[in-house]
Amino acid sequence: MQPTREHLLWMYEKMIEIREYEETMAKVYLEGKLPPKIQKGLAFDIGAGPVPGEMHLAAGQEPVAVGVCAHLGNDDSVVGAHRSHHFAIAKGVPLDAMTAEMFGKDTGLGRGKGGHMHLFHVPTKFSCSGIVGASAPQACGAALAARKLGKDWVAIAFFGEGAANQGAFHEALNLAAVWKLPVVFVCEDNKYGISVEKSVSTSVASNAVRGAAYGMPGVLVERNDAVEVYAAAGAAIARARRGEGPTLIEVKTDRYFGHFQGDPETYRPKGESAALRQDDPIVRLGARLRAEGLIDDAQDRDLRLKASARVEAAFAFGRNSPYPDPQDALKHVFAD
Amino acid sequence: MQNNTKSGVRTLTMAQAIAEAIGQEMERDSSVFVMGEDIGKYGGIFSATTGLLDRFGPERIMETPISETAFMGAAVGAAAEGLRPIAELMFVDFFGVCFDQIYNHMAKNSYMSGGALKLPVVITTGIGGGYNDAAQHSQCLYASFAHMPGLKVVVPSNAYDAKGLMVQAIRDDNPVVFCYHKGIMGLSWMSYFEGSTNAVPEEAYAIPFGESRIVREGRDVTIVTLSQMVQKAAIAAEQLAQEGISVEVLDLRTIVPLDRAGVLASVAKTGRVLIADEDYLSFGLSGEIAALVAEHLDTIQLRAPVKRLAVPDVPIPFSRPLEQAVIPQVDAIADAVRALVRAEPIHQLQQGAQA
Repeated sequence: MQPTREHLLWMYEKMIEIREYEETMAKVYLEGKLPPKIQKGLAFDIGAGPVPGEMHLAAGQEPVAVGVCAHLGNDDSVVGAHRSHHFAIAKGVPLDAMTAEMFGKDTGLGRGKGGHMHLFHVPTKFSCSGIVGASAPQACGAALAARKLGKDWVAIAFFGEGAANQGAFHEALNLAAVWKLPVVFVCEDNKYGISVEKSVSTSVASNAVRGAAYGMPGVLVERNDAVEVYAAAGAAIARARRGEGPTLIEVKTDRYFGHFQGDPETYRPKGESAALRQDDPIVRLGARLRAEGLIDDAQDRDLRLKASARVEAAFAFGRNSPYPDPQDALKHVFAD
Repeated sequence: MQNNTKSGVRTLTMAQAIAEAIGQEMERDSSVFVMGEDIGKYGGIFSATTGLLDRFGPERIMETPISETAFMGAAVGAAAEGLRPIAELMFVDFFGVCFDQIYNHMAKNSYMSGGALKLPVVITTGIGGGYNDAAQHSQCLYASFAHMPGLKVVVPSNAYDAKGLMVQAIRDDNPVVFCYHKGIMGLSWMSYFEGSTNAVPEEAYAIPFGESRIVREGRDVTIVTLSQMVQKAAIAAEQLAQEGISVEVLDLRTIVPLDRAGVLASVAKTGRVLIADEDYLSFGLSGEIAALVAEHLDTIQLRAPVKRLAVPDVPIPFSRPLEQAVIPQVDAIADAVRALVRAEPIHQLQQGAQA
């Protein structure tokens, strides 16, 4: 399945926006945390600065988000993991409220109660979770709802290759297969489960082969490429919409940053991240668009400026929004 | 297990009442469906879904694999899409295998969304011992759910309440853990307390959460209790009445929300309180009630120190005499009440301590 012109341009634009978002976050996140606070023995104060808490960035993994989400509409569900900004942006979660949530502000998606690992946006049916492997069962539920409501909606579970060793993953694949649910499981193999290499944690070279254990197609996308992800995801999503059941896709992708910001990355060969950036999927797609005459340098520049303006506005919104009233901590435990 | 007609009033077992409530709500609201292990042809291992498969078919009464994480997570996902799943997990003891989906997702996602997301899920599960199934099939654990913010916890003691509370649970927009004690379901293969089978109206009715019920009025001692222990407390109270001790039995019915005002009003009236609980003693429901009373001693005049009866912090043993010893029985409840009544007035104790 080849992308349309619109989809190619959309993927390119979204990847640029995601990258801009993550690079901006990487800088903003460090505010107040560095230079090192040596007092009290702290070199890096994770709770300090305007964006507190852990921060997991997805720069480098954009192709997975855009290649899948290009096929989705508002009514399709996406359940992400702890590293989910790219999915949220590709799914259309509003950038302002998403960023405000990471600043812990009252204008955030969860009014400051979730933070960056727990983003919920009901109108675009996006959610994510800080628990490794938890997305797969919930995507089954969303897919089950689609079937019960007689809709052609699909649900996507995104997760990392480390999550494919969780019981939740295996249970969810079996459930999706026996119930023939319109769900697509998308595994991002960025080679590291936090710091542990896949070869140390996983019995198979590719999780795609695990689809066979549950009677579903397993597809390996070997290149961190938006067009290749688009093709695999398009086939899987179309299959799901036709009522033919689930698919497991694994994409070999690249994580440019550490597991979390501040991760010393001692487990990683020196210079690996820089080397990965040499074959950047955004640069590659941009070259293709230019070669095909879909975009010229001026348009490219314009697109980047606009993406950067959107990101800048979102960060300003997050920064300038008010904090919630401390009393609001007691609200929303229950829906009524 | 059949409908009885006693003096013109229809009575149901608790299992029948629960199945009836689910069936009526499924008819009323097409977004309600049930999934779980053996809930279809078998009708639920404790008969809470008997007859529903024939009425509603396998798309709404869905047998699941023995994959609790998968179907509890699916309940979260389906509820987020606006459906109202009822997910049965057979024995409460099995929640360990899927607790992540319960306490990290079902209980918290609404809060972490700032109230934007609603998760109207009902989890049903069998609790309690007394039939020699040992430590992995006999726990109550309701306090463990109650300890985690975001879950409502319902623990009925009889068929009438079970139906009304189940209707309320299904209509609630929040996750509700509905715990039924196997020993009061009215199962033909398990001895049970007849008081749990009672008159149940045919039409659907909802009992609001957080309203305890005075099972029996009394002047001398309040027994705060729930679930099967209500039936035991009622028998003990009847025995004690013969001895001239007037016992008030308070059935909590739900522990989240907890009817704190109801407990305090009853204890203020009698001045003595026994908490009878089939969950573990430490860090649990009995401690919560005791603390509640302690926090209100500025307005409540106690005539004796608070007394607690619960499982003494041991796993439930298999052997009959051992199990009978650790789960509070009628005699233990009666003895505890007698001790409370015999205890010296609390102000005398305090004066003695000062002397």
